[in-house]
Amino acid sequence: MRRRRAAAPAPDPDPTRGVELLGVGHVYGERTVLRDLDLRLTEHRIGVVGANGSGKSTFARLLNGLVVPTSGRVLVDGLDTATHGREVRRRVGFVFQDPDAQIVHPTVAEDVGYGLENQGVPADERAERVAEVLARYGLAEHADHPAHLLSGGQKQLLAVAGVLVMRPARIVLDEPTTLLDLVNARRIADLVAGLEQAVVVVTHDLDLLAGFDRVLVVDGGRVVADDRPAPAVTAYRALMADR
Amino acid sequence: MTLALHVPGASPVHRAPAGAKLLVLVALGVLLFAVPTWPVAAGALAGVLLVGLWAARLPVRVLARQARAVAVWVVALFVVHALVTDVLTGLATALRLLALVLAAAVVTATTRVTALVAVVERLCAPLRLVGVRPARIGLAVALALRFIPLVAERADRIREAQAARGARVRGPRALVRLVVPLLVSVLQLAHTVGEALDARGADTA
Repeated sequence: MRRRRAAAPAPDPDPTRGVELLGVGHVYGERTVLRDLDLRLTEHRIGVVGANGSGKSTFARLLNGLVVPTSGRVLVDGLDTATHGREVRRRVGFVFQDPDAQIVHPTVAEDVGYGLENQGVPADERAERVAEVLARYGLAEHADHPAHLLSGGQKQLLAVAGVLVMRPARIVLDEPTTLLDLVNARRIADLVAGLEQAVVVVTHDLDLLAGFDRVLVVDGGRVVADDRPAPAVTAYRALMADR
Repeated sequence: MTLALHVPGASPVHRAPAGAKLLVLVALGVLLFAVPTWPVAAGALAGVLLVGLWAARLPVRVLARQARAVAVWVVALFVVHALVTDVLTGLATALRLLALVLAAAVVTATTRVTALVAVVERLCAPLRLVGVRPARIGLAVALALRFIPLVAERADRIREAQAARGARVRGPRALVRLVVPLLVSVLQLAHTVGEALDARGADTA
């Protein structure tokens, strides 16, 4: 376990700074998964593509401090993820690939309310915000149902609802459509397109990237292309064709 | 596998405080063991059915499922007691078990997990004095309830995967073959759940 830097009082976050990666590298034991990342992410919608094992998931986890880099620093709106993890995670919501791992309460409404409970939101306001989010994502009729009886698509919606109810400033989604059928994947794509928050989406689903502002192609732990979606996807296809 | 979890409703039983319901459950247990006669057991069973089916308007299948789960034990208890002591003692013991199991099912079916968790947290509040955080115990209870069906589902998947490749899925050997992959799968799940708790602002430090 890496020793964390002593926590300093949190500076005021500055949303105009976006997410900054300064000389970031990450090593798991002997294996280097990310290296030499110097990036500034300020666009509204950013996609990250790459082959399996390219380091995409670790990259996503760096952005909200779930993973602290073994070298370099990650700043979110000016907050260092290594020293202000909790504040960073409050600002950056994270949607996991497998909703089953992210739904932690037995019933739908209880699960959506979980993050608010952690934020210390009073019960009345919590109930109101949960009801509003469930209605927005078509889950209102399932509020009291056991989460494990939902379909795969509904579970992913529930996972997203559980994050959005916390009103984060940014959202990172790690392969949100990988386990879904076409219809549900499109629903999630529409949902992502309509979000007012800044989003970073790690994905294999190239259709999802249409309309994005910027796409990063990660390979061997490095960013090998960084462009508008069309040229970035072309570069990614070319890279994969050579394998 | 399905658990008799919460069945939504607005009956007086649903609205009763979780702590009171748990207290009644405990009192019923004490009564049934303090006065082990068949009329008391039969009365308790009738009372539980009345509360569950009429007052709480639970579907019959919710209680039937629970009764089926313990049916073998109820019959076995009755037979053993009838042979060793007498039929009436057997009847009292069998009815007592059934009444308690169904009473517990009524409580879980009419109470939200959050309410049960809140009671657990209140009961654990004195542990604060020795440095235990009651909210964490509450979270552990909720997580356990959430993940029982999920772990059962993963066990089914592994069994299916083994069956699809020609393995036997019954018997003690199959059980042993199930345990290791299930453990690996559950540990991986636990790791991601830990991350998710962090991501959603749990105080895990």
